[in-house]
Amino acid sequence: MSELTITALRFGFLLLLWVLIFSIVSAMRRDLMIGRKAATGAPTAREVRKHPELAPPAPAAKQQARQLVVVEGPLKGTTLPLAASPILLGRAQEATLVLEDDYASGRHARLFPQGSRWFIEDLGSTNGTYLADQQLTRALPVELGVPVRIGKTVIELRP
Amino acid sequence: MIQQDAAPKPRRNVELALLILALAVGIGASAMVDLNSETPFDNDFWFQSSLLVVAALSFHVVLRLRAKYADPVILPIVVALNGLGLALIHRMDGPGSDTGNNQLRWTLIAVAVAVTAIWLLKDHRILRRFTFISLAASAILLVLPLIPFISAGEVLGARVWIQIGSMTFQPGEIAKITLAIFFAGYLSSNRDLILLAGRKIGPMQFPRFRDMGPMVTAWLVSIGVLVFQRDLGSSVLFFGLFIVMIYVATSRISWVVIGLALILGGGFVASRIFPHVAFRLDSWWNAFTPEVYGRSPGGSGQIVQGLFGMADGGLVGTGIGLGRPDLVPFANSDMIIALIGEELGLIGLFAVVLLYLLLFTRGFRAALGTRDAFGKLLACGLSFALALQCFVVIGGVTRLIPLTGLTTPFLAAGGSSLLANWIIVGLLLMISHSARSPIDTTPMPDAPTEAVKQP
Repeated sequence: MSELTITALRFGFLLLLWVLIFSIVSAMRRDLMIGRKAATGAPTAREVRKHPELAPPAPAAKQQARQLVVVEGPLKGTTLPLAASPILLGRAQEATLVLEDDYASGRHARLFPQGSRWFIEDLGSTNGTYLADQQLTRALPVELGVPVRIGKTVIELRP
Repeated sequence: MIQQDAAPKPRRNVELALLILALAVGIGASAMVDLNSETPFDNDFWFQSSLLVVAALSFHVVLRLRAKYADPVILPIVVALNGLGLALIHRMDGPGSDTGNNQLRWTLIAVAVAVTAIWLLKDHRILRRFTFISLAASAILLVLPLIPFISAGEVLGARVWIQIGSMTFQPGEIAKITLAIFFAGYLSSNRDLILLAGRKIGPMQFPRFRDMGPMVTAWLVSIGVLVFQRDLGSSVLFFGLFIVMIYVATSRISWVVIGLALILGGGFVASRIFPHVAFRLDSWWNAFTPEVYGRSPGGSGQIVQGLFGMADGGLVGTGIGLGRPDLVPFANSDMIIALIGEELGLIGLFAVVLLYLLLFTRGFRAALGTRDAFGKLLACGLSFALALQCFVVIGGVTRLIPLTGLTTPFLAAGGSSLLANWIIVGLLLMISHSARSPIDTTPMPDAPTEAVKQP
């Protein structure tokens, strides 16, 4: 075996060792990136372009509530189209939805639009208003399909 | 907290690619050794290489099956180091000596044991149940070499070997794993107690005296190893392991201060009482004095020859199989770093040191990522044990610190060390699997009704 071949093999082996090290380091790079992204929050636009899987999921199209449905209680099945005006719920005759419910107060609760959402607010009723099993203490937004209970009546917003 | 964004990936294909490179390093080294022997590329070479490939690939397959999310770079690093070690030990084998084949046999046994551990344990948290059993096991393992019938007697000045039939074994190597398991289990359950109680003196908070119990035990164990087994290296390793684990558990610098004070005190007394410790210090400090160089026992000839060898290697080395490492005693075990420095040069030696460094960082990364305190402490302790071992050996060979008898992990000839280190790698892979695998988010069987999202 010639001197030249042996020298080439010697340097080739050292090169191989360092190739291994650089491959290991580049395999670890992704791990370091994860830490950095976690620290800075959302990936940058450049990172998203390079790694499409990092893109945050597109927000679901917001659906507007179009009608109010009574799903339980004496008025079960009643629907009421929602406009841009607030709705008064209660036993009183001036209420938008007059509840035939012994457990409801006269002026029980108010449902009002704000921005793109509807909010429900208790008007000092005797038996309280419940949004998804939680008694209201202040005005809270009502999402689609979340039950609102007033006495024995349960209403929901539907698209 | 750590990897919440992109879904975790197993990355086993990356591991396979790196593994092929690592095997190329090991087999390439072996081929260069063979080129310079009388019978290049005989059956032995092909047999050994294929065994190494089979061992590495079967480990890889087991990881695919059992620990899919384990760290992808640990196994390739270890295979590269082990393959390089095998080639270099084979290179040092003279006619009639069989150290290379013995090392290959132990490599296969060690891989088999590590694979079995991963296959059977599956989850490192099970080990926590064996906290006090591992303490007892450590005590037994450390006492074994002193029991007359199975002890292999005093070998090279240290009483650390046992003999079963014709096989010799160093139980202290396994003891470092069981001790790490004990410390991790004990500290992960008693951490708060140690952390909260204590007096504050100046800027440092000192622990209560009775919480010092385990520390005193660890110190006594190390001193016992030093006195009865005459093994300075293991003594330093056990005590260092304990200090680091308690420091990691409590993040109190006072433990390190107390520990270092105990080491310095113990070391000073030991150097006064025991001649072998005094010789070690003297041959480190006055290595180049002629009378120290030629002294027997306890001369500095080994260190100095190693240094000359490394100087001869220079930047790029003489090439594998072309140097004269036979001038250095124990060139295939204690002084294998000097052999690498001579035949692969500074560039090769740095590559090896970097491989070790990458291995430790992956161990600590697993410790950071895993979610249970026991796993964190265990991964920390085990990676630190490897790191300390490398520091003590490489520092000793390069005359930074006194030379003590520890083995270079994965490189040096020695079956028990190889077995223990492969088990450590198995445990680290298991911990990294639990650190990197996705959190189970399927709902519990009796989950209450889904809470409604409120702003």
